[in-house]
Amino acid sequence: MNNLIKGEKYDWEMVIGLEIHAQVKSNSKLFSSSSTKFGSSPNSQVSLVDAAMPGMLPVINKYCVEQAVKTGVGLNAKINNYSVFDRKNYFYADLPQGYQISQYKYPIVGEGKVTIDFKDGTSKDIRIVRLHLEQDAGKSLHDQNPSKTYVDLNRSGVALMEIVSEPDIRTPDEAGMYISKIRSILMYLDTCDGNMQEGSLRADVNISVRKPGDEYGTRCEIKNLNSIKFIKQAINYEAKRQIEILESGGSIEQNTMLFNTSTGKTRPMRNKEEAHDYRYFPDPDLLPLEISQEEIVKIKSSIPELPDELKNKFIEIYRLSNYDASVLTAEKQTSDYFNKTINSDSELKKYAKIVVNWITSELFSLLNKNNLDLNNSPVSPENLGQLIKLISTNEISGKIAKDVLEDMFSSGKTARQIVDEKGLQQVTDQGEIEKVIDEVIAENPKMVEQYLAGKDKLLGFFVGQAMKLTKGKANPKILNELLINKLKK
Amino acid sequence: MKIDKNTINKIARLSRIKLDDKESEDYIKDLNSILDWVEQLNEVNTENVEPLSNISSSILPKREDVSNDTNSSEEILENAPDNLEGFFAVPKVVE
Amino acid sequence: MSKSSLKQTLKDLDTKKISIRELNQDYLKRIKENENLNVFIYFSEENVLKQIDNLENDNSAKKLKGIPIAIKDLFCTKSMPTTAASKILENFHPTYESFITQKLLDEGSIFVGKTNLDEFAMGSATNTSFFGNTINPLSKENEPLAPGGSSGGSAAAVAADLCLGATGTDTGGSIRQPASFCGVVGIKPTYGLCSRWGIAAFASSLDQAGIFSHNVEDASILLQSIAGFDQRDSTSAKVDIPNYFENLDDDLNGKTVGIPKEYSIDGTPMEISQIWEDAIKVLEKKGVKIKNISLPHTKYALPTYYIIAPAEASSNLARYDGVKYGFRSDEIDSLDEMYENTRAQGFGREVKRRILIGTYVLSAGYYDAYYLKAQKVRKLIANDFNNAFKECDFIVTPTAPSAAFPLNEKQNDPIKMYLNDVFTVPASLAGLPGISIPFGKDKNNLPLGIQILGKHFDEQQVFNAAVSLERSYE
Ligand SMILES: [Mg+2]
Ligand SMILES: [Zn+2]
Repeated sequence: MNNLIKGEKYDWEMVIGLEIHAQVKSNSKLFSSSSTKFGSSPNSQVSLVDAAMPGMLPVINKYCVEQAVKTGVGLNAKINNYSVFDRKNYFYADLPQGYQISQYKYPIVGEGKVTIDFKDGTSKDIRIVRLHLEQDAGKSLHDQNPSKTYVDLNRSGVALMEIVSEPDIRTPDEAGMYISKIRSILMYLDTCDGNMQEGSLRADVNISVRKPGDEYGTRCEIKNLNSIKFIKQAINYEAKRQIEILESGGSIEQNTMLFNTSTGKTRPMRNKEEAHDYRYFPDPDLLPLEISQEEIVKIKSSIPELPDELKNKFIEIYRLSNYDASVLTAEKQTSDYFNKTINSDSELKKYAKIVVNWITSELFSLLNKNNLDLNNSPVSPENLGQLIKLISTNEISGKIAKDVLEDMFSSGKTARQIVDEKGLQQVTDQGEIEKVIDEVIAENPKMVEQYLAGKDKLLGFFVGQAMKLTKGKANPKILNELLINKLKK
Repeated sequence: MKIDKNTINKIARLSRIKLDDKESEDYIKDLNSILDWVEQLNEVNTENVEPLSNISSSILPKREDVSNDTNSSEEILENAPDNLEGFFAVPKVVE
Repeated sequence: MSKSSLKQTLKDLDTKKISIRELNQDYLKRIKENENLNVFIYFSEENVLKQIDNLENDNSAKKLKGIPIAIKDLFCTKSMPTTAASKILENFHPTYESFITQKLLDEGSIFVGKTNLDEFAMGSATNTSFFGNTINPLSKENEPLAPGGSSGGSAAAVAADLCLGATGTDTGGSIRQPASFCGVVGIKPTYGLCSRWGIAAFASSLDQAGIFSHNVEDASILLQSIAGFDQRDSTSAKVDIPNYFENLDDDLNGKTVGIPKEYSIDGTPMEISQIWEDAIKVLEKKGVKIKNISLPHTKYALPTYYIIAPAEASSNLARYDGVKYGFRSDEIDSLDEMYENTRAQGFGREVKRRILIGTYVLSAGYYDAYYLKAQKVRKLIANDFNNAFKECDFIVTPTAPSAAFPLNEKQNDPIKMYLNDVFTVPASLAGLPGISIPFGKDKNNLPLGIQILGKHFDEQQVFNAAVSLERSYE
């Protein structure tokens, strides 16, 4: 595996670490009771605490703490019995308190790791440094008024889990796979809705480049990316930018960058020109957060099967490849759908690979075309199971099955219904097929001559003609065998 | 002298307080004398002493995850020096 | 000056010897006569009359029904603007009522006004207020005296009998020291006894609300009314609140008082050492065992405090930025300009000084040397008290190192001003309850205060010792 990218002069390696901000799926904010609902009118979900009114004090949301612990368990990480909320002090229009309550020295979750799986069957561990709880800021809108910035505090105080990785990532693809994996784990755990468009999951990307074997270079941080596509684009652009500077003899300035989604370019943030000094210190309005071993055990016992466990289970039970199993488990809805499908008929277990293919290629492409996802698929797992059963028992051919699926998708009928109504059962009767073959041979004497003269490729032509006459229902295997025999005669 | 012109400018900037030259000079004097005075703490041996952040010995109380669904915007904007279209308004920021 | 007590007034109201209206008219009259003292930042006769009207139509029984109370202008109140004595909170009208003022309203008290204080409670003379000095009611004709601070307005309001009680806050001595200067009773309870919800924060780990009153009994009644758990303050204590007044007991026979040797400080005026000795003698006569104790880190309390309090303040005051409420400068070419000018023009000199110090001690490279060091010394100071209280039931010391000083003294030397809190700050760092009661006079006939400190949440013992000393002094 070669992860190097070519500059003008040298080969370079990217060194990438991600800080993912995942919004806790809670009803109310981390330190106040206002709602976290998305898309409400401006400043309609802002408590006195969120607006930093004089004398207002934070009170922590128990559920958010539990979700952070749960997520920590899902990241194979150490849960800290003792953690501390600190204030991170800086001024910004959408930061009403003048500080963000975060966790600095003592985060709620310590070191962990997640595994990403490649197509070639290999996999790689990305180490997690920590997960901590913190408040989100409000939102500044710079383009609503020619001379003013508008501030909406609806997001102010919403609970975030910041998940920080080690700089173990080496390519944009790995970065994409890593964030997909984190997203998958969060959604299995139900601790975050994973909605990147709405900003429930976003990432800061730290990136530097180096010649292979060198020390880490100076890194830049690209802020607040909310799609995997943008993450990859931003990394590619930023790596190239850094390489160009280095190859022309320059040096990288440690900088906070913004990514412009329309130009695909990164540029340094203008208003953060000065060095930061966040003056972290323990928030005196809050006491240390203590979690007992019993609480951790209780939370652990509530955790559902996670993608990696499920993946290994699928590999073991259904003999799937590592990659197939990881595709199947990447999203909970996919693995749920697979489970329901394969359990709809005891016979189907033998055809697990076929089930995977029908879900991940045929059904997915239909869903895609129609802008739907598995949760609102018109084809239920039971119906898909029935279709696959028809294929596996040779009642219909794979080719016809594709048409049947399309029909099921649009009409909502079952496979059985469609097959019966349209008489699509495969023809396996030898005599019937022989009759058709005879007809084809009789109608194409010249072709037969050419075939017999050695033009083997023409076999396909005869199969096609025969299929046409049977409306695709002839069993391809039997048809083939009989055809070869007859032609030789 | 711990606090010089540079330092006072840096702290004033972090604190978002504009100081004129006269004030800077006064604060340099004040802060230096205060810092000299507090440095008597260096006489105290604090090896193996746990820092005390809050005197309370109780456990951090936690809230249930219940949201109130009242529309806050009127109350929240009531005291704002400048608000427009339901937003707080501040001078334009160029990011 | 003979002042009626809260206890007596409640009886008089009950027996209809006096009506709520008559009572408060009396106070309104005195308030108007004493406008020169600059006790109130906000006073509105109309507002008071409205409250009287409302109470007259209210037939329910309430513990403090009709009692005129003054509120330090650090408590957010719905019916009166709240300024924290700062220009930066110009025109701020809270839409909410602080926990404590709500409790007082629920019990039927009448708020006569919002009292002056040092800006954001930072000061010891009520001379850093944007609204000018408050004058100590005990001043001589041509020699205005400071009422102490930061709750100087509240202390003066009680001293001038403009109310029957007042709320204050005490971060390093801001109730006890002005009580001593104005010759009234002031109690700062244990950290966490009274909710901080709705009180503009100065230093969150130290701020504690309390009470000023004419006497110890009144203080015990009023503290009862404002104490209690509040789920909106994560540092609020879940403890049972005894009925302090019912349980008052001046019999101290068999108790042990601790006398810390470190509180004998060079340069303390003779009269102060004298009243301290007098108090000890009184206690001894009452059968109290005198125990010489040591609080070895006392000397370091002030420098510790002047790191921790400004550090917390620098962060707590970051919310005053001209965006959500209060003052905004006119010079606002950019967001940063707006911040820097708003805060430069909105905050006074002492507040800025503390924000700058606090920012410095938290900044990169200095955190360990200053802030963390101070937190560790704070731990040692708290330990000193824990050890001492193994040997005694309460501790007695002077409240302040001087009597009320002339208004404009000590203004230019911050450290000299900070030394005012030398006897009060240690207990603040340890979160202990402390009361100051008037006990003797200096050579100019100005009142001096004795401070009684108790164990955490042992306000009852503090009141008992205080009432015992008070009764023997009268
Ligand atoms: Mg970041
Ligand atoms: Zn973060």
